[in-house]
Amino acid sequence: MSLIREDVTYVANLARLEFSEDEVTALADQLGAVLDYAETLSGLDTSQIKATEHVLAVQNVFREDEIKSCLSNEDALANAPESEAGCFKVPRVME
Amino acid sequence: MEYEIVIGMEIHVELGTKTKIFCSCPTEFGQDENTHTCPVCLGMPGVLPVLNEKVVEYATRAGLALNCEIAHFSKMDRKNYFYPDLPKAYQTSQFDLPICTGGAVGIEVDGVKKDIGITRIHIEEDAGKLLHESADGTLLDVNRCGVPLIEIVTEPDLRSAEEARAFAEKVRNILEYTGVSDCKMEQGSMRFDVNLSIREKGSEVLGTRTEMKNLNSFRALIRAVQYESKRQIIELKKGREIIQETRKWDDAKGVSSSLRSKEEAHDYRYFPEPDLVPIVLEPSYIEKIKSELPELPEAKKKRYVDEYKLPEYDAGVLTTTGVTARFFEEAVALYNEPKQISNWMMVEIPPLLKENEQSMETITITPAQLVELLKLVKDKVISGTSGKEVLKEMFISGKNAGDIVKEQGLAQMSDTGELEAIIEKIVADNPKSVEDIGAGNEKAYGFLTGQVMKATKGKANAQVANEIIRAVVAKHLA
Repeated sequence: MSLIREDVTYVANLARLEFSEDEVTALADQLGAVLDYAETLSGLDTSQIKATEHVLAVQNVFREDEIKSCLSNEDALANAPESEAGCFKVPRVME
Repeated sequence: MEYEIVIGMEIHVELGTKTKIFCSCPTEFGQDENTHTCPVCLGMPGVLPVLNEKVVEYATRAGLALNCEIAHFSKMDRKNYFYPDLPKAYQTSQFDLPICTGGAVGIEVDGVKKDIGITRIHIEEDAGKLLHESADGTLLDVNRCGVPLIEIVTEPDLRSAEEARAFAEKVRNILEYTGVSDCKMEQGSMRFDVNLSIREKGSEVLGTRTEMKNLNSFRALIRAVQYESKRQIIELKKGREIIQETRKWDDAKGVSSSLRSKEEAHDYRYFPEPDLVPIVLEPSYIEKIKSELPELPEAKKKRYVDEYKLPEYDAGVLTTTGVTARFFEEAVALYNEPKQISNWMMVEIPPLLKENEQSMETITITPAQLVELLKLVKDKVISGTSGKEVLKEMFISGKNAGDIVKEQGLAQMSDTGELEAIIEKIVADNPKSVEDIGAGNEKAYGFLTGQVMKATKGKANAQVANEIIRAVVAKHLA
């Protein structure tokens, strides 16, 4: 089950990544090899095994509904490349 | 060809928890921008979210109230999309194993009852708020990021704008009763998405649908459905195909317009959230929450008819919201005259709420204050007309009915001696009316009663006054 170029460009678009033609070819080969390797798992008989819904054998980790302190506006915005009027500023988006 | 409208809805409801779904920041509405944030809801690298136990409890309660199955095992997933309203670039939600499945809500439109199926309810986090105020960019307020939501997804069972509205109102009513949300539409606590398609009546196949997101009032919901169904029917009549897409409803202009093509935008690449562990709910936990559910609107309405002997209409109006029902029940507990209380709550109070910019949520009059007034009317201390004036004054000044009656001298005049003197004079001053009555014109009594009310500024006890008028007129005619 090798990856075709269309899969690479489709996923790249969803991830907002841009690749040259050569890069797409290389990625199709590399990612295809990864998928082929993962495919070896389908050689196993899993008909008697319960599907894994989560990798951790832990459940129900909750916290109480209690308010704790927040960051100040200044601290919250400290790492923002741009800010304005107490807000993070990002390139204009369609409403 | 006859067309049929097919609607499915998604309703987002903000849960009324004190803190966010995965961190301990407050959920309070209307605060200064970016003052309710922490590394978790800001999406900083390396942070670990922890699920708020109240979110699980409220979602379970909502699911039970909407007749759903509560999942023994459910889990959280990441829904990936690029939009700056979520700093993490994914929304933590539930994909294939939601907390509730398979519910139903009964609605009634024009006397026709039907059940609307609920496919599922899942829990997720709300996104931040984008402000389009900057000259050269978009501003982001993260306060709302991580506020807990439930998303209620229906089957495509709705067939008209009226049904959509009835369903949305019913859900709001039930959720408000259960106390899982304040359901304040104006604060965005409840938002509707509508999936709508058109098909030939009688067909079993669904047409291509469009989706309209974030309708934030019942009015917007109705108008958007009406507009979009009409638009699609016109397209089909012209022989055109409906394009599957997300459309934006512009409530000011009353039109919907294409926003983006759906297929690609909806490839969210869901995968299990590795930072949050599964939610496993034991039957004992679910049973406990079920046993704590309050009386729901349907049951309450039936009880009002059975126990208080109220007409079905009254019972329906009084149980529309939890706060209205609570007000009524408190009043009845103090004063066992359900119908009188119902009349005043349905007829007199609503216009005064509007006039004083209040609602049943913010009403300044207590059930005890209303009861005091109603007793004065019932005991004929004041007339019904004066009662309405007193109620008006109670809204304005906040004073008790008894004090207003005293201050304004509104107590009815039942003193026969005083009334007799006034009536003697009125009858003497109106010989024409006496003559008319003598000639058999009973209507002239009405004129005399009117004169008495005018002379006493409406304070005369009408029954006592009428008896005296008849006696005095008889004396004059004798």
